[in-house]
Amino acid sequence: MALEFISPEGLRLDGRRPAEIRQLRANLGVIDKADGSATFEMGNTKVIAAVYGPHEVQNRSQQLLDQALVKCEYSMANFSTGDRRRKQKGDRRSVEISLVIRQSMEAAIMTHLLPRTQIDIFVHVLQADGGTRSACINAASLALADAGIPMRDIVASCASGYLNNTPLLDLNYLEDSGGGPDVTIALLPKLDKITLLQMDAKLPLEMFEKVFELGNKGCVAIANYMRNVLLENTKDLAFARGVVKV
Amino acid sequence: MLQSKAFMKKTRRGQVVKVVREHYLRDDISCGAIFCQSCEKESACLSSSAPNILIVDTNVTLHHIDLLENNAIDDVVILSVVLEEVKNRNLSVYNRIRALCSNPMRRFFVFANEHHKDTFVKTMPGESPNDRNDRAIRSASLWYQKHLGQGPPILLLTNDIENKRKALQEGICTETVQSYVESLGRPELFDLVAQVCDSSLAEMDIEDSRPSKKKLIYPEHRPMSEITSGLQQRIFHQGKLRVNRYNPIEAYVNSESIDEEIIIYGRINMNRAFEGDVVAVELLPEDQWKEGNTLKLIEDEEDEVEEKVGLAPDSVDAAPTSLQAKPGDFGSKIGSRTCGRVVGIIKRNWHSYCGSLEPMPMPAGVGGAVNALFVASDRRIPKIRIQTRQLGNLLDKRILVAVDSWDISLRYPLGHYVKTIGDIGDRATESEVLMIENDINNRPFSEQVLACLPPLPWSVSQDDLKCNYREDIRHIRVFSVDPPGMYQIREANQMIEEFMLAANISVAEKILKHYPLCALLRRHPIPTPKMLEPLIRTAAAVGVKLDITSSKSLADSLDNALGNNDPYFNKLIRILATRCMTQAVYFSSGELTPPEYYHYGLAAALYTHFTSPIRRYADVIVHRLLAAALGLFKLPAVFHDKVQLNSLADNLNFRHRNAQMASRASVELHTLIYFRNRPTDAEARIVKIRSNGFIVFVPKFGIEGPVYLTPKAKDNNGEESCKNSADWIVDEEQQRISTRDGKRVYMVLDVVHVHIEVIEPQPNRSKLVLTLLK
Ligand SMILES: [Zn+2]
Repeated sequence: MALEFISPEGLRLDGRRPAEIRQLRANLGVIDKADGSATFEMGNTKVIAAVYGPHEVQNRSQQLLDQALVKCEYSMANFSTGDRRRKQKGDRRSVEISLVIRQSMEAAIMTHLLPRTQIDIFVHVLQADGGTRSACINAASLALADAGIPMRDIVASCASGYLNNTPLLDLNYLEDSGGGPDVTIALLPKLDKITLLQMDAKLPLEMFEKVFELGNKGCVAIANYMRNVLLENTKDLAFARGVVKV
Repeated sequence: MLQSKAFMKKTRRGQVVKVVREHYLRDDISCGAIFCQSCEKESACLSSSAPNILIVDTNVTLHHIDLLENNAIDDVVILSVVLEEVKNRNLSVYNRIRALCSNPMRRFFVFANEHHKDTFVKTMPGESPNDRNDRAIRSASLWYQKHLGQGPPILLLTNDIENKRKALQEGICTETVQSYVESLGRPELFDLVAQVCDSSLAEMDIEDSRPSKKKLIYPEHRPMSEITSGLQQRIFHQGKLRVNRYNPIEAYVNSESIDEEIIIYGRINMNRAFEGDVVAVELLPEDQWKEGNTLKLIEDEEDEVEEKVGLAPDSVDAAPTSLQAKPGDFGSKIGSRTCGRVVGIIKRNWHSYCGSLEPMPMPAGVGGAVNALFVASDRRIPKIRIQTRQLGNLLDKRILVAVDSWDISLRYPLGHYVKTIGDIGDRATESEVLMIENDINNRPFSEQVLACLPPLPWSVSQDDLKCNYREDIRHIRVFSVDPPGMYQIREANQMIEEFMLAANISVAEKILKHYPLCALLRRHPIPTPKMLEPLIRTAAAVGVKLDITSSKSLADSLDNALGNNDPYFNKLIRILATRCMTQAVYFSSGELTPPEYYHYGLAAALYTHFTSPIRRYADVIVHRLLAAALGLFKLPAVFHDKVQLNSLADNLNFRHRNAQMASRASVELHTLIYFRNRPTDAEARIVKIRSNGFIVFVPKFGIEGPVYLTPKAKDNNGEESCKNSADWIVDEEQQRISTRDGKRVYMVLDVVHVHIEVIEPQPNRSKLVLTLLK
């Protein structure tokens, strides 16, 4: 029998309803050495991002005269999945995800304000339970904000899918392996601009629209959460510097 | 609220990994009571007028599903922890309880206790999963008591003594199923209550059979932990037990861990396993492999080993599975084959069975419970002991019985009465039995289904005419050739078949081109040379050489196998060929590679079923694919869901096979009724030689069955004597059997004359027998 991803009572395997995201957690400034850093958790998926820059371009030939050079490196801890397999660095999947993260960040960073500089983004998956791509983008986005790099908007990302004839938000690993389509969206919420849209299976247009709409809502919810985290952090900083008196 | 569940899991490659899963607890889960003041009521069904609101534990659900299905029981809370356990242990019960919960006429409510913040319980250190789940059930019961304080009292039904004791201690009202049913005061419900092992029964059973062999009849099943490690070390082998249809004390297990099929011989070695159970098997020492034949004769005197006369297979689709065509069906050597014994049952395949009670005298007194033995019509199923208070009503009826338990001290499993089908021998009853046995749903269409149809009377409307996907062909002269008339117009017949094949093939090509990953096609696997071996040997014995290099060459050589002025020769060879092949099956194109799409029987690279949407569901599916490929309709969602599409194809194959079996069984039933008062002599052809006889095909009636050369007389001890068998010499290579003096010789395809008559060796189990006319 096909696995029942949603019970007739409307609950998913982990107890969520179809349009609910997993528990979110985020921390800023977790790496002192970096100019900006953040961890981001979506349920059991946990990633850490560090940003260095803007600094001088290391390889002069790559320097851009009118904008900043953004580089991104994605990696995955060997202990991040259940089987703890040793993974090769620079495999196709990592290269692809690095590119995806870089492109969605480039769309948010005001690169024209920082010509002839370089920004390095490092993203590392500590624990993988579905939706790593989205968690990486969210962590990178917070780390960039933490580094004080000028951005048009924060980038928020969320995945959605379609199983048992139901659109589902924020798939975990079990649901991700259910064989259904998996749509990852990254959104600039204030501008209402999509910076990333990926889908790894076929889906008829009208169903895609529903799945897409759900993913979009997920992004908005995550963006609100991220904004609150940044706001709290700013308050904390202000408090630490004595700007705010209690 | 968030809980994390961590557990160890074995991957397919055998590694053990730790899995951590999130588990969210919620505060928005409804209790399901219509009268509740605080919960959301959209799906609520539990009524305030109920005498009790029942909560059932896992074992009660598993064993007493027949009782729960009775209308007398309602206002039941099914906890998600129970559903999960039931699902893991018995999928068919799970589907039945799910059906009850979704039936708007019943009041069964699923309470997601595992995700409710107040009812979830965490496993305590050292607590077994069973104990934890029992505690979860008690926790939910207690919550309901508090939550619905004003409503009908909550009653937990459990037969587990320990669970019951703890529940009482915690202040939960609880009863056993037996005492609850008794309190209802409805005697007709008693028969539905499942039987668990009871020592008084055990004693009685032993007295029944042999006083010398007191106490244990079967070996104990090994504990699950031992089985798991045994499977890992390949000391044990896991597989589905398949009982020989013709010889119920012989079974086979195919396991991935061993190349050969394992034979399980005798009831002791089968060790209480049922047809379809997933079992763990241990191989017997090699020197015991040869004892199979002698074992069968001494162990089980009442189960005669005999093949049934039945309908001969006449098409690729009707070909029996390899199992039914096993050479070892009767009287053949099994010495060289791997033998084993069942050491444990990993998953039971118990369900309800059709049959009748073994005749017995009516006991004195009225209304008391009586122990009776139930004999299933399916001979693969052992007799089942049931308790009934309505013996007089049941003795001449076909009834449905479910199995409950099988203790090592009991010769037969225990079960309970489910329902009466009708009078034995009645045509309608016996047909109903065939339907139930083959799992065919013949209930009237539901309201929802009928609502899909346009209202009657229907006629072509203006809208229909304007439709861009319809074409008016009423001006074309159309006639139909109904199957019964087909024999008269052979050419037309032939032509229609060719058109049908061409239509099916071209539709298959079209849908595959548009939907390479989700086209529903039909394939027929190429038989391996080993599968064709019996055919080649038989053909060679009568001087026909078959070329099996391709289906085309085989078809050609079958066409050329004419025999000398023998009208049936060709048909017989074809029957033998059909029997060597496996079934054609439906599949989704995304699951296989193009070479595997091949339909061997029709020698077609691609094939599907398209031409008969009014009688085959597969054709409806294919019509939808075609309509989408032509751009007329959108492709339905199911085609994008790989998992769902595969289960659809599996279900089509399962239903197709069941329909075939039912249709064959129905023809066999009518054949039996036809011959009941009409003993007949007819010409027959030998299709296979066996050690003590041969299998014949009777062309006039299309039936097939064994003819014994050595009468199977039973001596005083009830043991079969086969003293004559030494007088016959079998040459398997030449497919010939002869007397020692060579005076009588029978060869495959020879013409013999047989007498066909109906006998009743066991009450209520009449059967057709073929005897040789000298
Ligand atoms: Zn309530």
